[in-house]
Amino acid sequence: MTVTMSPTSVVSLPDDPFTLENIANPYPLHEKLREAGPVVWLEKHGCYAVTRYEWVYEILTDFESYCSSGGLGPKDIRKEAEWRPPSILESDPPTHTVMRRGLAGVIAPATMRRLREQFAPFAEELAEEVAQRGEVDGIVDIAERYPLKVFPDAVGLRPDGRENLLPYGSMVFNAFGADNDIRAAAFEEGERVAAWVMDSCERENLTDTGLGADVWKVADEGRIEPQQATLLVRALLSAGVDTTIFGIGNTLYNLAKYPEQWEKLKAKPQLAKFAVDEALRVESPFQMFHRTSTVDTEIGGVHIPADSKILLFMGAANRDPRKWGEDADVFDLDRNASGHVAFGMGLHQCVGQPIARAEIELMLQALVKRVDRIELTGEVTPWIHNVLRGFARMPLRLTPIG
Amino acid sequence: MQSIHDTGSGTMAAALTAEAGRGGRAQHDLEEVVVERLEEVADGVRRLTLRTLDGSEFARWEPGAHIDLVMPDHVRQYSLCSPLADRSRIQVSVLHTRDSRGGSAYVHQGLAEGDVIRINGPRNNFPFVDSRKYLFIAGGIGITPILPMIETAEAAGREWRLAYGGRSRASMAFADELVERYGDKILLFPEDEVGRIDLEGLLAMPRAKMLVYACGPEPLLRVIEDYCMGWPPGVLHTERFVAASLDAGASAEPFEVELTQTGKTITVAPDQTILEAVEEHGVRVLSSCRGGICGTCETHVVSGEVEHRDAILSEDEKQFGDCMMVCVSRAAAGCPKLVLDL
Repeated sequence: MTVTMSPTSVVSLPDDPFTLENIANPYPLHEKLREAGPVVWLEKHGCYAVTRYEWVYEILTDFESYCSSGGLGPKDIRKEAEWRPPSILESDPPTHTVMRRGLAGVIAPATMRRLREQFAPFAEELAEEVAQRGEVDGIVDIAERYPLKVFPDAVGLRPDGRENLLPYGSMVFNAFGADNDIRAAAFEEGERVAAWVMDSCERENLTDTGLGADVWKVADEGRIEPQQATLLVRALLSAGVDTTIFGIGNTLYNLAKYPEQWEKLKAKPQLAKFAVDEALRVESPFQMFHRTSTVDTEIGGVHIPADSKILLFMGAANRDPRKWGEDADVFDLDRNASGHVAFGMGLHQCVGQPIARAEIELMLQALVKRVDRIELTGEVTPWIHNVLRGFARMPLRLTPIG
Repeated sequence: MQSIHDTGSGTMAAALTAEAGRGGRAQHDLEEVVVERLEEVADGVRRLTLRTLDGSEFARWEPGAHIDLVMPDHVRQYSLCSPLADRSRIQVSVLHTRDSRGGSAYVHQGLAEGDVIRINGPRNNFPFVDSRKYLFIAGGIGITPILPMIETAEAAGREWRLAYGGRSRASMAFADELVERYGDKILLFPEDEVGRIDLEGLLAMPRAKMLVYACGPEPLLRVIEDYCMGWPPGVLHTERFVAASLDAGASAEPFEVELTQTGKTITVAPDQTILEAVEEHGVRVLSSCRGGICGTCETHVVSGEVEHRDAILSEDEKQFGDCMMVCVSRAAAGCPKLVLDL
């Protein structure tokens, strides 16, 4: 591969965040990049890398200098067409504003109260089942099962073929990372189901009462175009499944790794919501994506030319000791995790975050009522994914209370 | 902080009274200067170029500075809008308002080139703080203090943009020169062509490391302040044409929040959000955007009337009033206490 000319006065490194080793354990590389400077040039990919909290936050919130319409992946899709029509994630104001408003209105606080009621019974049922079984896989038996049931129900997706959501989501997110074998494999799987997903987003294939139908009502009111409705339902389905699975899995993982924190949570179950956000901070499901500079700009004194691709490391920012203290790597329920960037920040901050939080929190509350101890009984298997952080297997022993 | 410009707005009478009282104080270190030039720089806007009697230089001044113009019956303050480097002259620009009995009528009708007038200053109530990025917002003649700020930001290589609104293009002083010189850093909003300044687009989202400098009529500044309520403290700097009226609404008064879970009662100061106040007292609230966008800090309201400033709740939900986003929303005017489930 041709290496683009490295600009002056920026630390240039040969490291590749998308190797199997760095995906399995990204944190040593994160530390190296964070300590190397506010911005680092990644020779292998010809892009900048930003890992410190201060700068990740700034770039996320400065949508004028760092646009989304250049795409979240390594290509500048303003110059080269992307593999699919741009989503809400890949749009800037004013297009973004219209779509964001449409979707935000659908995921309003009143909707959330209703969704929480809908979500709760299956969390209780599932927690009861796994607590009785004792030896379970935290991913297969809990983290995957719960969102795959409640979330498509909430959207109003047809019951058949929901297994297609996983390869589709995996493809969408993998495209935000390098153009490598991991991405190619995800596309091979994902392309088989892409047509099914797009078709499922059409009005006639959604129930009349779900979030999907609500998005279509926004189109009826003329606030968005019909094709935007399809894209927004697609965005819900692609963004709302894998990330939540990893959110649940990563929360369970940290509570199993830190038994004293599980004790704390048992003693005070109302800490569940703080546990969720602390887990999202320390083990962020969505680790990386790109922004594109629109103007000549500066990051920590380093000149960044216009039209540069910048790889943002949310997972590294969320463990930056400059922001979180020397124990930033430690999962601690007493920490104030407010302001973490696991959901992004600014204009594009995850619009579905109340849904994700509700799912993870309800599952956790249901478990903590029934489970005295949660232990890892073997090695966890990392999920191999360009930009998402989570596990494929997590052998757990749950000891029921009483 | 608030210097008084002549606008002929509804609060003009109050401004006049306040200024009459201050007249005496403005008298010492008065200086006589010559009106070298009078020019129309836009519809109803007259620029005065002043030089000293002996041709010496004016004192060094910083962006945001103003002078007192001492007129027969009163004193008026006008922001300096000339190039910083040239201290042989200073310039102010004055909007002519029809119902004005004060400074603008004097400048527009009573003055001629060559006249000697008295000034006081320059002084600075609107200091320009160094930052990496700036957003300037000017409404009408509020452009004047912004001009030297732009000059300084540009010279220092800072990132900046200006959103400049006015009734019509012809009424917007310096608009053409600004566009010619700075290109697409200038966003013009002549109201008769494109409507008002897109404040939502500019300010709905807090941004790191960007200071906002705004000058213009009271209603504009009020909306800007509302948008910036949840932004980090110290971001917004405003300059008003006239002193803020006393009935400025909810944000001008402190109020109490009583917290049912923790049993604390905490006072929220006018320049503080509920979230900041309760965090200061060690109360845990999960938050994220701190700008009324993400909904993370949604809090159940047990009692009290809320002034909602978030972008999440629908009008119905706001009316219902059982929850609020504590990062931006406050007690409504006339409601001294909110009871919250925290």
